[in-house]
Amino acid sequence: MRWTKPVSGVGSGQNRLVTVAVILVAAMIPVLLSVGAGDQKRIAIYSGSANYTLNVQDRDGKEYVDLLEILQPLGATSIRSDRSSWRLHFGNAESEFIPEKARARIRGSDFDLPGRFKLDNGRGLVPLASLSTLLPQFLGAPVAFRESSRRLFIGNVSVHFIAQVNRANPPSLVMEFSSPVNPMIATEPGKLRMVFTHEPLVPPGSQTLTFDSKIIPSASYAESNGAAEIAVNSTAPLLASFSNDGRTITIAPAPQRQPQTSLPAPEQQPASATAIPPPQAGTSPSATNAGPPATYFAVVDASHGGDERGAALSDELAEKDVTLAFARRLKQELESLGLSTQLIREADISLSMEQRAILTNAAHPTVYICLHATSEGNGVRLYTAMLPAAGESRGPFLDWDTAQSASRTTSQVVETSLATEFEKRLVTVRSLIAPLRPLNSITTAGIAIEIAPPTSGVAELNAPQYQQLISESVTTGLLAVREKLGAVR
Amino acid sequence: MIPRQLMIAVAVMLAIAIGMSVYVWRTRGRVAPTEPAAYTHPVAPPVEGPTEEVTLYVAHDDSGVLRAQAARIPLPSGRQERAEELLRALLRLYLGPSSSHPLPAVAEVHDVYLVDPGLAVIDVNSAFADGHRSGVLVEELTIASLARTLSANIPGINRIRILVDGKSRDTLAGHADISGFYDVSAVDQLASELQ
Repeated sequence: MRWTKPVSGVGSGQNRLVTVAVILVAAMIPVLLSVGAGDQKRIAIYSGSANYTLNVQDRDGKEYVDLLEILQPLGATSIRSDRSSWRLHFGNAESEFIPEKARARIRGSDFDLPGRFKLDNGRGLVPLASLSTLLPQFLGAPVAFRESSRRLFIGNVSVHFIAQVNRANPPSLVMEFSSPVNPMIATEPGKLRMVFTHEPLVPPGSQTLTFDSKIIPSASYAESNGAAEIAVNSTAPLLASFSNDGRTITIAPAPQRQPQTSLPAPEQQPASATAIPPPQAGTSPSATNAGPPATYFAVVDASHGGDERGAALSDELAEKDVTLAFARRLKQELESLGLSTQLIREADISLSMEQRAILTNAAHPTVYICLHATSEGNGVRLYTAMLPAAGESRGPFLDWDTAQSASRTTSQVVETSLATEFEKRLVTVRSLIAPLRPLNSITTAGIAIEIAPPTSGVAELNAPQYQQLISESVTTGLLAVREKLGAVR
Repeated sequence: MIPRQLMIAVAVMLAIAIGMSVYVWRTRGRVAPTEPAAYTHPVAPPVEGPTEEVTLYVAHDDSGVLRAQAARIPLPSGRQERAEELLRALLRLYLGPSSSHPLPAVAEVHDVYLVDPGLAVIDVNSAFADGHRSGVLVEELTIASLARTLSANIPGINRIRILVDGKSRDTLAGHADISGFYDVSAVDQLASELQ
């Protein structure tokens, strides 16, 4: 019997060691993931025509950004590139950059960069520190760059806000913004955070606001990594609700109990229903809103992005780049007619289908447009969701896989209208259903557009004239059914 | 103090283990390693036996349509084997030199499982999906072709699932969703729109 004791002792010691190691590894995974996700540096750019964020890259210990990506949303751009030079044409400004040189030529004058120009797979990277002096050369407008938080303001764009607590019971914090806002909202014990990525929010007089309230004693303003954040401190769980066309956010203590009788019937509330994503790490919505936030008329989703390149349309042309270019042009076209539009991605980033659906449903748009591109065939194909048998929806919570069911008719209305406009412009068009994510999980009218090249060849997918033709057709088609869709703006 | 009989038993077991190791080591080189031959083509159908007329739904890339095409192929009597032969006959069309909808050269349908009530599971190899062209229409043509051919010729199928090497995938080649089940009614609607 004696020989068994030490063996048993060693075994249990090893087991404990293994258990501790497994726990440590498991504990490290979310930390490592969060560090990885948070590491991505971004710059936010705000202008009168577009607000967008771009990825920032580290090169030689300095921060760099793709100059073409900055200028494309702001006007017509084109580049010519070879090994010895990179020429950018923006509006009536000609410029030439030499790889690994810190001197550029813009509008015929030499310009010193605070670091060397980098050429990376045809993309021209300029030091972030050069933007405040470089961009005015192209844009002819003043540029204010907050380098520490990487927020760049072109022209006189800004959103101001005031905040005050009313003395109702329970008290609520009312925040009035000078323009509609649509922040991402997250709650945690004792705090409600609002992150503004797409709004040129500027700080109030003081970074910390104090209120004469025990429940909502203070709020603070901070900026970092291309975003502004307002954190509201509280002693009770809070809910945010939007009103006044997205110009007012009211933050009040969450009701402790939801009376059973106040649950809306699902057919009465299709527009504000919430689709529940399947359980999956990192994709659950982080906000609970008492009412729908500021609505956009359209959400435009450039498919693929980041590591996910989509179809290889040619040796040089990836689907992800073509869809982004179309999305930007479509946004410009829609906003030129006063139709507020949000892009799901404004840079070369990777998003899951669940994230795309969550972002879209959170924006409560009137219509969702998903863009794809292909080198096969020509013209365009319009797709509505091919839905499986209806799943189980509970109250206002819709089944994730069939959330589109209630909007199927309006999606078909949009599809028909767009098809008519394409036919008017002699663009070959087909209308089909397709098993295509994330259409199934969108709670508003939603269609996907697969853009094939015109008869002249795949390179024309990137031609401004072709992109303009497609964007015009979509915009006119959406305008024609705007009233039917019940759009308010 | 360790009991004597225990020490003897351990010594005997140790000797047996060493003896077996020596034996295995010496016989190791006598058997030539037999690796499975590289498998590059779908299994040929049975060449003997009665043939039956079936309807294959064949994708045509030039016009982006699905066309019903009558064919006579030898079919076994088992329901599951018939389903597999049907899809392999379809695949032979796509892998041929004048294919109307080319698939990767090593694309293969591993198995078709018919699970009651009314579920058909099509298991394709990874080359089928990995080498498939990427695009909404081109991917849904493949799916509609497989699913419609199966449901039109094997009665009682209500739902269809596609697996890749026995595992679930999000998309066939970046677009068409294959993570869930297809209702045959929806496949029929898609097939009619594609005609």
